[in-house]
Amino acid sequence: MTMTSTLPDEKGQFGIYGGRYVPETLMQAILELEEEYKKAVNDESFQAELDDLLKDYVGRETPLYYAKRLTAYAGGAKIYLKREDLNHTGAHKINNSLGQALLTKRMGKKKVVAETGAGQHGVATATACALLNLECVIFMGEEDIKRQQLNVFRMEMLGAKVVGVNSGSSTLKDAVNEALRYWVTNVEDTHYILGSAMGPHPFPMMVRDFQSVIGKETRQQFLKKEDKLPDAVVACIGGGSNSIGMFYPFIEDESVNLYGVEAAGLGLDTDKHAASLTKGKPGVLHGALMYLLQDEHGQIQEAHSISAGLDYPGIGPEHCYLKEIGRISYESITDEEALNALQILCKTEGIIPALESAHAIAYALKLAPTMKSEESLVICLSGRGDKDVETVRARLGGENK
Amino acid sequence: MNRIEKVFQTLKQKNQKAFVPYIMAGDGGLKSLQEKITFLEKAGATAIEIGIPFSDPVADGPVIQQAGIRALKEGTTLRDVVSAIAEIRPIVHIPLLFMTYTNPVMAYGVEAFIHDIKKSGVDGLIIPDMPIEQEDIISPYLEEENIELIRLVTLQSPLSRIEAIAKKGKGFVYAVTVNGITGSRSGFNEKLGEHLKKVKEVSPIPVLAGFGISTPEHVEEMISYCDGVIVGSKTIELLEKGDYQGIVNLIDASKTTIKL
Repeated sequence: MTMTSTLPDEKGQFGIYGGRYVPETLMQAILELEEEYKKAVNDESFQAELDDLLKDYVGRETPLYYAKRLTAYAGGAKIYLKREDLNHTGAHKINNSLGQALLTKRMGKKKVVAETGAGQHGVATATACALLNLECVIFMGEEDIKRQQLNVFRMEMLGAKVVGVNSGSSTLKDAVNEALRYWVTNVEDTHYILGSAMGPHPFPMMVRDFQSVIGKETRQQFLKKEDKLPDAVVACIGGGSNSIGMFYPFIEDESVNLYGVEAAGLGLDTDKHAASLTKGKPGVLHGALMYLLQDEHGQIQEAHSISAGLDYPGIGPEHCYLKEIGRISYESITDEEALNALQILCKTEGIIPALESAHAIAYALKLAPTMKSEESLVICLSGRGDKDVETVRARLGGENK
Repeated sequence: MNRIEKVFQTLKQKNQKAFVPYIMAGDGGLKSLQEKITFLEKAGATAIEIGIPFSDPVADGPVIQQAGIRALKEGTTLRDVVSAIAEIRPIVHIPLLFMTYTNPVMAYGVEAFIHDIKKSGVDGLIIPDMPIEQEDIISPYLEEENIELIRLVTLQSPLSRIEAIAKKGKGFVYAVTVNGITGSRSGFNEKLGEHLKKVKEVSPIPVLAGFGISTPEHVEEMISYCDGVIVGSKTIELLEKGDYQGIVNLIDASKTTIKL
């Protein structure tokens, strides 16, 4: 097995996946970004500034919590929760937004553009931009704006301009298109803070690195608590940022089974899902070669998930590679299973998870009973569920009628 | 010699400038493609760029996005466009180019795609989301079939990169005139003329300007700096309105002022 710690290669590829499939106008910007990023990584003052902010502003490290009642409910392996929901702004997204916002300042750019699906990345980016005094424009699909109105208002309170996107399925994919078009037009003074481990090189690498704080902390915390490594780690996957951040520090620990959970929406046998790895084919979108939901003619299909953050027809290139070499098992969970898991976590642990994270919980609830009680699994609880309360209420209310 | 090289050789001998319109295949139904192509050839187009509709055209502005959506609603597929060109080719003499994003080509199968478009009589390809760094997935097949890849250079590309890009091609270089996506604009950067002259200096092949060129005045201005223009969004708009004279006026503007 080829380990991924040396990837991406010089072309920004993980095997055949990834690369830089962007319009020529953006080439110079992403080549410069790569250079600046390399310099920043090796600059102790950059790392120190980021670490300080992560500690005192974001509230890291986040707890690794032994979920005793959830463990009892599932019956089997001990279940731990990595509490990314306790970060400032309520999800893991801030880890990356702050890192890239600091990089924006370093590059001497004063403006930021970003896309958002659920609104979590938009809120995190608007927050980082407020903190660092950067102008911020966020593109968001109209469909998502409807589903996540409070997050829209949050972004606006934080000083960001939110622009609705009406093209295509009016969700995350289309917001990325518009953000890229905006970036092409304003590339001279604007940095694009891409929110997931996707897009052209160096984004998948850079986002992974900024999010790896999740896995690094988890590994140390678990070793301290249990004096061994966990047997399994579970995380949900939309574009793949919380999962790659969680998994990356465990990649070379072969005893640790890693499970990425895609959104199966209404079911894998329907056309309403977002399971790009399970049901897609390799192709090029948003600057990278990756697994995509597409028809036989190469037209991108609309993804569906109850959670706006998983509603994306592609998946980060490193995940595609990890699937190919068999290092990570990729599973999927339906809307209904996720909703059910969300309610179980609420009632057993008093924690309302994001619908995205509920996919990871749902899979863990299937996995734990197949494991021994002396074994352990860690779930990346990537975000809190306050933003989803309205969606859940509508859905459960509808079912009760 | 490829048809594209030939046509530019002829233009050079006659000291004329190029006008390349862009149309969206399947906009108005694929049946209208032949009529549009023959009209444009008769009106004096040097070559025709035929857009392949794609669900996520990230380099395109609203006009081409909408044309693509209309074409997809008509059920247009890349395979159908390739067959349509094979039927039209015998009666059209000017070069025909496909402008397509990478993904439809990958879904078709790169090798099969290049083989099939050669057979149908396509002379060149423009792939806006394939910078030179990623060309290796397609270049071996292009050489085999003698299909020209038309590469883009932009205001953002450093001169050394522009030179490297220009030297890879045999057809022409597509010089993007704005930082941005396709579609009309009120004006251009004041340094554009200087930029185009620099591109001309380092390019061993003809340089055509494109993006945002929408009036006869724009055409006249651009051809004073380089070897011709590509007009996309405006062509689509005029065709949709049925304003054929508007297209003739744009093409004529490319022929009026020839700098010796």
